[in-house]
Amino acid sequence: MSGDTSELDAYLRAQEKKDLLRLITCGSVDDGKSTLIGRLLYEGKMLLDDQLDSLKAESARVGTQAGDLDLALLVDGLAAEREQGITIDVAYRFFATDKRKFIVADTPGHEQYTRNMATGASTADLAIILADAHRSSELLTQTRRHSYICSMLGIRHIVLAVNKMDLVQYDQAVFEAYVARYMAFAKELGLTQVECIPISALRGDNVISPSRHMSWYRGPALLPYLETVEFGRESSMRPLRMPVQWVNRPNADFRGFAGTIASGTVRTSDRIKVLPSGQEATISRIVTQDGDLEAAVDSQAVTLVLDREIDVSRGDVVCAAGSPVSIADQFAVRILWMAPEALLPGRTYLMKAGTVTTQATVTALKHKISINTLEHIAAKTLRLNEIGLCNISLDRPIAFEPYAESRDLGSFILIDRITNQTIGMGLIDFALRRASNIHWQNLEVSRSARAAQKNQKAAVIWFTGLSGSGKSTIASALEKRLYSLGRHTYVLDGDNVRHGLNRDLGFTDADRIENIRRVAEVARLMVDAGLLVIVSFISPFRSEREAARNLMGEGEFLEVFVDAPLDVCEARDPKGLYKKARRQQLMNFTGIGSAYEAPEHPDAHLDTARLSVEEAVDKVLNLLEAKGLTSA
Amino acid sequence: MERDRLLDTAQRLTHLQRLEAESIFIMREVVAECDKPVMLYSIGKDSSVMLHLAMKAFYPAKPPFPVLHVDTTWKFREMIAFREEVTARLGLDLIVHTNADGVRQGINPFNHGLSIYTNVMKTEGLRQALDRHGFDAALGGARRDEEKSRAKERIFSFRSRHHRWDPKNQRPEPWKLYNTRKNKGESIRVFPLSNWTEFDIWQYISLEKIPVVPLYFAKERPVVRRDGMLIMVDDERLPLRPGERPEMRKVRFRTLGCYPLTGAIESDADTLPAILQEMVRARNSERQGRMIDRDGMGSMERKKLEGYF
Repeated sequence: MSGDTSELDAYLRAQEKKDLLRLITCGSVDDGKSTLIGRLLYEGKMLLDDQLDSLKAESARVGTQAGDLDLALLVDGLAAEREQGITIDVAYRFFATDKRKFIVADTPGHEQYTRNMATGASTADLAIILADAHRSSELLTQTRRHSYICSMLGIRHIVLAVNKMDLVQYDQAVFEAYVARYMAFAKELGLTQVECIPISALRGDNVISPSRHMSWYRGPALLPYLETVEFGRESSMRPLRMPVQWVNRPNADFRGFAGTIASGTVRTSDRIKVLPSGQEATISRIVTQDGDLEAAVDSQAVTLVLDREIDVSRGDVVCAAGSPVSIADQFAVRILWMAPEALLPGRTYLMKAGTVTTQATVTALKHKISINTLEHIAAKTLRLNEIGLCNISLDRPIAFEPYAESRDLGSFILIDRITNQTIGMGLIDFALRRASNIHWQNLEVSRSARAAQKNQKAAVIWFTGLSGSGKSTIASALEKRLYSLGRHTYVLDGDNVRHGLNRDLGFTDADRIENIRRVAEVARLMVDAGLLVIVSFISPFRSEREAARNLMGEGEFLEVFVDAPLDVCEARDPKGLYKKARRQQLMNFTGIGSAYEAPEHPDAHLDTARLSVEEAVDKVLNLLEAKGLTSA
Repeated sequence: MERDRLLDTAQRLTHLQRLEAESIFIMREVVAECDKPVMLYSIGKDSSVMLHLAMKAFYPAKPPFPVLHVDTTWKFREMIAFREEVTARLGLDLIVHTNADGVRQGINPFNHGLSIYTNVMKTEGLRQALDRHGFDAALGGARRDEEKSRAKERIFSFRSRHHRWDPKNQRPEPWKLYNTRKNKGESIRVFPLSNWTEFDIWQYISLEKIPVVPLYFAKERPVVRRDGMLIMVDDERLPLRPGERPEMRKVRFRTLGCYPLTGAIESDADTLPAILQEMVRARNSERQGRMIDRDGMGSMERKKLEGYF
């Protein structure tokens, strides 16, 4: 037993020393990704008896290999995937050899699941791109798309595995012709480290050991290559960056900043600078439950204690004092769009970057990228799975590094503020310096002074509702009543804005968003000027009304839902627009060709099918009174 | 001590150190961004590792959330004793919830069939506890290497108001940018051990000297052989079938749950090194001992759709 124990001990020590290679497999549908992973697990003796038994049973039931083991069933984990025989979502698989541990992300081949492929790629050190030798006369769109995404996400090591060599009689010429075609494309992408291996995942050629059928191939088989490839993580050589994740204050005597080191090394008595505030301090302790450390390196999760009280909170970045990161609020970025609803310039999204979450607006969509030709194509929106170059503007400056220098500080996701879905992933290419050129003039006459001079409080009363619901009528009656009460008011509606300021805008979703953005900005300036502003616009989208609300101060925005059923509005049809829309002479008309998103919690709800104009105005006046807006 | 062994000379983190740091990052992210998190504590080895990591993540503070055990009333007695000992020693806020309706109706694993029992006492019990306390995030110890539908699940896994998982519409989760946004009533299950394997768990338990329930170590225990599994007679409530007679065998458990549903394996491994050695030579996966996973293909996925875990 003692011999056994020391042998085991040696084995365990060897296990501890192993490093971890994270890789993805990608390629078009039917290129054999799941089969390849199944083959690695099977040949590598990574499958246990009960897993093999259940694989045999499932192969007989739903397998595609005529009763033989269907290795793809090992990885397709969802019922829908096994039934349809396709991979929908990323599956993570784990295996270890004597040399290394591996986490494999098996990613889907279908174009509609590209966002799942990109998710798998974002954490990978290496990508295996599978291609089908049998369909090798050209590069498939998915092969190009996946290669592009791998290069964009900074994966340095690519293995081009030309699969199904058994179907082309292991012909060297087929392999070499395909490799030449692929390498030309890889060169354009700037992918330099590409290892090309001819394999058959189904038959096991060149997967674990060299194939007997391809003696012309002199390179390594796939698994030996994965076990030995040098993959660098040079981030420990770079200056210290640690995004603050959580402030640890168990009692009055302890204040530590918890986070994971993104790059570099931190030592006690190091001088550090906290961004964006720019304050400096010295590290007094590096705290862990296993005792204080003298030093910690990148990827370690630690808690830092500083020698003095400075203001540090979640989202700040602790940097080496001598080489801090930059801060900015406008960036040139690349975005991969992940939602069925298109990206719309002008709309405000939430952006999570590192440990900071801000509001972000796409200010310009410069172009999208054609996967096939890598050409830049002019675009007004980005659709699901499209990649575009954009400028974005945040509501405050953040500490960052370009993605090329730091995956942790240069990556972000975009979140829809209403549905909370993750709708895009992006990387920061560089900061736009324009932000620092616009300084708000600090005027001596303040907004509250202007309102006080008029003996009132300023606010926006925002009417939203379908065309014909009664917005303009009520807005105009409301203004008369306020005027008679001595209030200073102004009404913004389609007639006075669409004909002038917004003359250049049409009725596409993107133009509607820009329309509302401009109206909201004008309303804000008028509130600054001390006015009660009545906005009367269909404003069909929740998201833009929410953005307008966020422009104003607390309590300065009241949303009034002017509500009438579509058939009532259509019967009224004061401008004859519904008739035109029904005759298809008017496209994108709200309620007919374009959606209206009703407010979920309006400050006032006016049911104009029941209320008279005067009753509706009274209801709004009651609201204003309750909010203290009608009195001085 | 052992930590020196974890950090190799080139100052590069080892596999286990990376996993540890990743789990700590995930737990801190939950505490920083969620309103009312809770940790699901099942008393097993994975829960023990998760709790150990939570103690590290927030040190010197205590983990800023309670731990929740959904007690079906059919757990091994040694599990309950261990639960009380650990939570008292660590000074944790323990919530134990049992589905009182299920108890009143006398739901048990024998008379009602597995799926009804699991649904009422586990799934329904968990949903009740989460709703009652209004938890918006629940940390769980599931790993992706356990089962095929888990291999597909996000680390931050969104649940509807009705606790349902929609596997075909999961939020993309690139890099380590976890989206914790949700509306009122919706919640998130978070799996900080997603990328650990069973072997990693045992290796870490061994290196960090983490206490685990003694049932994991081989010992003479009274068992009956039933449906191809060795079921331990943990108390007098187990109805014996005709011809069944408990016999003493040296057994241990690779996974722990409700005793009438958890199969033991015959083993001599009564120390951690022996367990690790057994694993190196193992020919079966740990979930083999789980009756719950056996009721048909994709059964774990179906249970998750219904809100199990």
